[in-house]
Amino acid sequence: MSEERKLRILIAKPGLDGHDRGARVIARAFRDAGFEVIYTGCHQTPEQIVNTAIQEDVDLIGLSILSGAHRYSFPRVMELLKENNAEDIAVIGGGIFPLEDIPKLKAIGIKEIFEPGAKLEDIVNWVRTHIKPRKAMVA
Amino acid sequence: MNLVEQILAGDVRATARLLRDIDDQLPSAREALKQLYPHTGKAYIIGFTGSPGVGKSTLVDQLALEYRKQGLTVGILAIDPTSPFTGGAILGDRIRMQRHFTDSGVFIRSLATRGHFGGLTKSTNDMITVLDAMGKDVILVETVGVGQDEVDVANCAHTTVLVTIPGMGDEIQAIKAGIMEIGNIFVVNKADREGSRKTIRELKNLIELGLRRRDDEGWEPPIIETEALKGRGIPELMDAIEKHRRFLTENDRGQWDAVVAKRAKMQLLDTLREEALRELLRRMEARGENLDELVRKVTAKETDPYTVVQDLLQCELR
Ligand code: B12
Ligand SMILES: Nc1nc2c(ncn2[C@@H]2O[C@H](COP(=O)(O)OP(=O)(O)OP(=O)(O)O)[C@@H](O)[C@H]2O)c(=O)[nH]1
Ligand SMILES: [Mg+2]
Repeated sequence: MSEERKLRILIAKPGLDGHDRGARVIARAFRDAGFEVIYTGCHQTPEQIVNTAIQEDVDLIGLSILSGAHRYSFPRVMELLKENNAEDIAVIGGGIFPLEDIPKLKAIGIKEIFEPGAKLEDIVNWVRTHIKPRKAMVA
Repeated sequence: MNLVEQILAGDVRATARLLRDIDDQLPSAREALKQLYPHTGKAYIIGFTGSPGVGKSTLVDQLALEYRKQGLTVGILAIDPTSPFTGGAILGDRIRMQRHFTDSGVFIRSLATRGHFGGLTKSTNDMITVLDAMGKDVILVETVGVGQDEVDVANCAHTTVLVTIPGMGDEIQAIKAGIMEIGNIFVVNKADREGSRKTIRELKNLIELGLRRRDDEGWEPPIIETEALKGRGIPELMDAIEKHRRFLTENDRGQWDAVVAKRAKMQLLDTLREEALRELLRRMEARGENLDELVRKVTAKETDPYTVVQDLLQCELR
């Protein structure tokens, strides 16, 4: 009965980027770590991503993008979370980012960025350390 | 507004959060369920089951679209398996439902089985309660689709749709016993593939042989050919579901009342089982009896499971 609450994580690919190998690898690594992963496939708009995150009540959104379109989609996701009073849902990113973009993404609230070559073990450990399932609601 | 008021007003965030607490079996969720229960009974519940990959999610996506065109709101519960080795899960049913993500009239929740057998999750019925209370007109439930005896959906849904595909002849033979008896409607999806006619014939034979539901006397289970990807056969499926709904609600043999009572009974028994177990374990612990210690004694043959339970019940339920 004292089983720990499951972490729920949304893995989403914003924009027209079709590189989904990384997202799938991460989804599998998270499943193997005992998390529940909602995978929605490619070509997601920020609106779709945020609505899904809310309906699924995830603790974390992981955005995967290798095409460079993060400059629009990442800030928009953060904006929509704020508009929907859902800023307590953490956001991380993975994929390919120009060096100078990373501090900007962190400044808008993206908690961490993982680039090609990032070890799955390190990513899972980061999640275990930084993301906790939220508390119970009270009727 | 408190949590329950928010849900009754259709608040998505509040609803989503309560569903999580229900899934995690938090005792606090019971309080909300108690208050929501009086507001249920309006939604029509449709179950979709069938082997993995036959096209359940694609069908659910298409039907959701049709119900939205009719101005009805839709709740979707889509179940995928939990890995028995890691306890984790990849829930991918949403991939087929992307076009509904920004429609506020559709609420989708992906669920992991978390070790529960029978095709649904432990939480499915309570989640239906919440979606019903929040005002969804139609609730579509997609089972995990293990293909063998995921028969719980038959007790949970008002109409159960069993989905197969062409070329599953042997499979139909294998699954016929349990699963044939839960479908109110049969769908042969992927009709673009070879062998669809043959599969329909086989299904017809099995139905004629009497492999069919016992509790909808007077209903002829239709077999619908669909190509879910392209939307072919969807109007016919909608029509069949509507006919079955009318069959249940408009006949004078009390079949609707029986279906509603069956759901209520299942919910009652499930809750009793859960709560009784939880309470008995709690009392056991409170008396200083440790579950692990009892397991040890049973393993060592110092006692047996039957004696342990008998003693426990005698002691606690005198
Ligand atoms: C394989 C590949 C493809 C495959 C993709 C197959 C697939 N289904 O994924 C194919 C051949 C289809 C392809 C096509 C294209 N590609 Co390509 N492709 C690659 C390549 C060689 C490897 C990508 C890969 O799969 N890596 C393996 C995975 C496991 O690693 P990863 O995705 O980086 O993920 C790791 C981390 O980034 C991180 N991570 C990633 N996502 C996430 C998410 C979360 C939540 C977390 C925590 C971590 C995380 O963790 C992972 C593990 O370490 C890269 C070059 C490279 N070395 O990266 C180019 C690359 C990404 N492609 C590129 C381009 C330009 C294209 C095309 C436009 C080429 C063209 N002109 O047609 C097309 C576009 C396709 C499309 N529709 O978007 C460029 C992108 C340049 C840019 N960003 O400006 C790259 C960088 C090559 C280059 N140097 O020019 N490509
Ligand atoms: N050829 C063909 N493919 C289809 C049809 N309907 C669905 N598919 C494809 O079949 C695959 C599985 O479809 P899903 O809808 O995910 O099937 P499912 O039964 O929900 O699968 P699980 O949830 O994994 O059990 C996808 O690639 C669909 O695109 C169809 O009518 N014809
Ligand atoms: Mg599915």
